[in-house]
Amino acid sequence: MSVSARSVVPVAAPRRGRRSLARKRENRAGWLFVSPAVVLLTLFLVVPILLAFYVSLTKWDGLSSPFSGEARFVGLDNYENLLGVDALNRLTFMRSVRNNFYFVLFVVPLQTALALFLAVLLNNRLLRGKGLFRTAFYFPSITSSVAVSLVFIFLFQGFGSVNKVLSLVGIQGPNWLADSRGVFHQVLAAIGVDAAPGWAQHKFLSLTWWDWLSGPSVAMCVIIALVVWTTSGTFMLMFLAALQGISPEIEEASDLDGATAWQRFRLVTLPMLRPTLLLVLTLGVISTWQVFDQIYLTGNNPATNTPAYLSFSQGFDNQAFGLGAAIAFLIFALIVALTAIQRKVVGTGEDD
Amino acid sequence: MATSRSYSPPWRRGLGYVVLAAFALLFLGPFLIQLATSFKTDADAAGNALSLVPDPVSVRAWERIFGFSADSGVPFGRWLANSTIVATCITLGRVFLDSLAGYALARLRFRGRKLVFWLILGVLSVPNVVLLIPRFLVLKELSLYNTYTGMILPIMVDAAGIFIMRQFFLQVPVSVEEAARIDGAGVFRTYWAIVLPMVRPGILTVTILAFQGSWNEFSFFLVATSDPKYETLTTGLARFSSGSRGAGTQYPVTLGAALLSTIPIAILFFLFQRQFVGGRLSGGVKG
Repeated sequence: MSVSARSVVPVAAPRRGRRSLARKRENRAGWLFVSPAVVLLTLFLVVPILLAFYVSLTKWDGLSSPFSGEARFVGLDNYENLLGVDALNRLTFMRSVRNNFYFVLFVVPLQTALALFLAVLLNNRLLRGKGLFRTAFYFPSITSSVAVSLVFIFLFQGFGSVNKVLSLVGIQGPNWLADSRGVFHQVLAAIGVDAAPGWAQHKFLSLTWWDWLSGPSVAMCVIIALVVWTTSGTFMLMFLAALQGISPEIEEASDLDGATAWQRFRLVTLPMLRPTLLLVLTLGVISTWQVFDQIYLTGNNPATNTPAYLSFSQGFDNQAFGLGAAIAFLIFALIVALTAIQRKVVGTGEDD
Repeated sequence: MATSRSYSPPWRRGLGYVVLAAFALLFLGPFLIQLATSFKTDADAAGNALSLVPDPVSVRAWERIFGFSADSGVPFGRWLANSTIVATCITLGRVFLDSLAGYALARLRFRGRKLVFWLILGVLSVPNVVLLIPRFLVLKELSLYNTYTGMILPIMVDAAGIFIMRQFFLQVPVSVEEAARIDGAGVFRTYWAIVLPMVRPGILTVTILAFQGSWNEFSFFLVATSDPKYETLTTGLARFSSGSRGAGTQYPVTLGAALLSTIPIAILFFLFQRQFVGGRLSGGVKG
């Protein structure tokens, strides 16, 4: 994106004095127009971040003013406790990183595949009532995260609707949101591996390899389902917009060449969707590393704790605002890096 | 138009409908269960979670929500009032301030415009979850914690809205403003009376995104307030449900209230689907 230099040229100003007066007025008007936005964004976005960076270098309980002297300056201690020192703080943080990693690993491919699948279905020119289906698929995306989380809590309780459906086919469902067992561990247990083999008992960043490889917890699977369900609609719209940009002639030409529907999709449609696919994937990765609302609402299960939620709860529940702010900055660093990658990847995609 | 595609066998189209209908059920089913549950008794909701027919039909949950019941405890009216106040102020603020800034960035030449542009582009990518503790700090320092002002001001401008408005202003032909200037109109008058009416679709898009965003806002209100007096539909519902879960199931009330809180957005959505879709596509995605 570049700043457009287009502007109003004062045509009816033949004399120098009037032109520079008009220029001056425009300069003043420009600042007047942007100043409310600039002031508010500075005061509630830039200043908070600077302030929080200072707090991340202190030990502060959130009750007094962080500048009153009650907050003790501790340098990089908070960051070291999260990344360097093998103790409880690093263990909790690394566990939250693991939880979020599996969340991203499952949500991003699932929501992308589902969105693409629905978009391709809806792009069929011969189907009627497409608008209705599109509305149905998109509707969950516009509702509040609180409202839909409460619905999913209800659906996935021990005696909930989901377990009722499962019992119809003879499966006894778990008590989903209270279940902190890792899914990969469950699968391994099913084939006879109940405990960590010797090599997996070694620790890496406070967690054993066995713990790193646990997979998402059963409780996290509910949140994965919830997020895939709410966000697929939005990404479906992006794919639909891109599909509608592909001219029918290109696809028809491949029809005449005798290509099957699957070949046409894989060899013609998919390559043309590449820029959108990259956009959807990177936006997905960026937003899934920020998951908070759904974690907060589904209760305090350590097996669904994510860094964003940990940052909040270290501050507001444990009165360790310095530590919480430090976690927030680590997330920030990650998001900035991901956004930079996204701008680079998607930027080159748009050029061709 | 007879194309080779017309030869696709009818069974395949039929299969398409079956798959679409199955997914429609998956996407809308939870809302149907939610609606049915709100008319159930607590015992029925717990015992027959899948049934879409309340047995017996009970309006007790709705009586509690609307305050017609003795054992209320659901301050739904207050949540609704707070959500309405806050969302309205934020929406009005965003539409006006975003369009002012968007217009300046699109059309006015002033020293430092590039700098402002980069500032706004920079803050666009700051994630909300990173701002939870920082915003709490600033609100405390400014004595705005637990106030309406503190809930409104920090999110009364949004970078995405500014960019959407700028995009719309760029599409207005420059000649329109030149004519207004020749007639002697000042900068604000030109913007207010001439250009703003021409970007009505942009204003509608920003209005809808702002209202939806502030109505559904949760995490920011969670750190900006702790006093129940300032609970909105989101924070109120969240605290009510986490408080009641230990005390036994109150699912009919919780789900009914959640459903009711969704209705204003649902109405807006059905009226302005195009703006929802267009805004989402141009403004990017928020978790």
